[in-house]
Amino acid sequence: MIDKIFFNFTRFSALLILVIVAWIFVVLFNHSLEAMNTFGLDFITKDEWAPNLNKFGAYAAILGSVISTTLAMLLAVPVAIGVAIFLSEIAHDKVKSFFGISVELLAAIPSVIYGMWGLFYFVPIIRDIFGGMGIGLLAAGIVLAIMILPFMAAVTRDAMNTTPDILKESAYALGGTQWDVIKDVIIPYAKAGIIGSLILALGRAIGETMAVTFVMGNVHHVPGSILDPTTSIPVTLANEFTEADSSLYFSSLFGLALTLLIMSFIVITIAKFYFLRKARRA
Amino acid sequence: MTAIQKRIFINKIALGFSTLSAIIALAFLFWILGVLVMKGMSALNWNIFIYEGAPPGYDESGLKHALVGQLILVGLATGIGVPLGILAGTYLSEYGKNSKLAHTIRDISDIMMSAPSIVIGAFVYAVIVMPMGHFSAWAGAIALAIIMIPIILRTTDDMLQLVPGTLREAAFALGAPKYKVIKDVVYRGAKAGILTGVLLGIARVGGETAPLLFTSFNDNFFTTDLNSAMPSLTVTIFNYAISPYADWQQLGWAAAFILSMFILGLNILGRIILFVGKGK
Repeated sequence: MIDKIFFNFTRFSALLILVIVAWIFVVLFNHSLEAMNTFGLDFITKDEWAPNLNKFGAYAAILGSVISTTLAMLLAVPVAIGVAIFLSEIAHDKVKSFFGISVELLAAIPSVIYGMWGLFYFVPIIRDIFGGMGIGLLAAGIVLAIMILPFMAAVTRDAMNTTPDILKESAYALGGTQWDVIKDVIIPYAKAGIIGSLILALGRAIGETMAVTFVMGNVHHVPGSILDPTTSIPVTLANEFTEADSSLYFSSLFGLALTLLIMSFIVITIAKFYFLRKARRA
Repeated sequence: MTAIQKRIFINKIALGFSTLSAIIALAFLFWILGVLVMKGMSALNWNIFIYEGAPPGYDESGLKHALVGQLILVGLATGIGVPLGILAGTYLSEYGKNSKLAHTIRDISDIMMSAPSIVIGAFVYAVIVMPMGHFSAWAGAIALAIIMIPIILRTTDDMLQLVPGTLREAAFALGAPKYKVIKDVVYRGAKAGILTGVLLGIARVGGETAPLLFTSFNDNFFTTDLNSAMPSLTVTIFNYAISPYADWQQLGWAAAFILSMFILGLNILGRIILFVGKGK
């Protein structure tokens, strides 16, 4: 009797996850219907976002999300791979554990603090070097890159560490240098895992709100250069959700949320179920 | 240069670049930590814990409202999220095992773990804030709990599976019903691991800002009313940091410092528990 009750409790909790995820999609879809019916495809291809005229085109926000994440990836990926190589192949054990722990603790610092740091310390530097406002895509990309770096380096290192020692040792026995071993043994062996880890970090960067809200500018137009202030999907949501005053405005914001959720779902699914699963099987 | 010299040279350059990138990464991260500690320490004083929010320019302004609000929100989220997460993890490990349903739930919950937290905020806004007509601590706590469940579920599932099957069989052989086996043998064996998972889960949602922006919203005054907007450290950091007032920004740094110490503390505690548990 108690056995049955306990079993049903656990099953209920487990099924609740599926229900919540499905519910999230249904709710976001229903609430964005009005915007979709009004604008159709224009919603994602037009960049005019004018609440006073009841015109909502999310192109600038989507573009801002894509560019800022791409920029962050371009900056973070080489450094993260370098750090991962350093941690798994070069560093001595003591350095390794010190580095490893600091990297993991830094991954735990709330993103709002990265954003705050970016606004007060990094934006002025960009302003001094490149001129302009300092706030914009470049600042967002850099802050985002710094924020995802610890996570990215940690998972890439884990992927590299899966290479069996015996493979490395046989390459050394053939007279390979450390770099030969890294480039010809470790990277080919751990390729799927590394790519999966990088894409997973990308999935996190797309949805990151607080680190970029401070430094993006929230201006709805397609940027002319990476120094221009613009907006992204999470930034728009964070800034405008509590200000929306018409149902069409709300519906458009829910449309943005749905777009973001679908984008990150696709990215994370590719990372987890294509690359990382392949890595585990290998 | 002979071929071997060339390879050794390339090796040095490549390893040099790798070490350099590690130094660059560490420099940035210590820069951020340094700023956080310096700014935070200089902004800390007793007033912060005694007074609630005040308009800019007042000496008697503090963060009591946000500290208490943060504890209430995270506490409620823990109260909702931890039992659900542990029960769901128990189902996966003890009942579902390798069934298709269990795998689907694991996959979906894994994806949820990396889903954008602001979207969860929008969802909770639609299903709780809109029907109720106002922001509330409940809404914020539920948003945090939704983020927490997949984390707890995952660690519980993993940790329970580490408990040897023979232990369960031994308990079954003594005639114990399944729930008793789970409660007295499996949970007991995985205690340290589950506790670590819970602590890491709390640390993770403790730093979340985005899902609170339009669920628990924010408030500059002390409140314990769960049906009204509730201040939180994270949203307060955000609001104070983007304000043009120097003293509010100062308070923002103090809040950022307190929050980071809280979260780092939970992380370290979690690791210690896991370490001690393993040592036994």
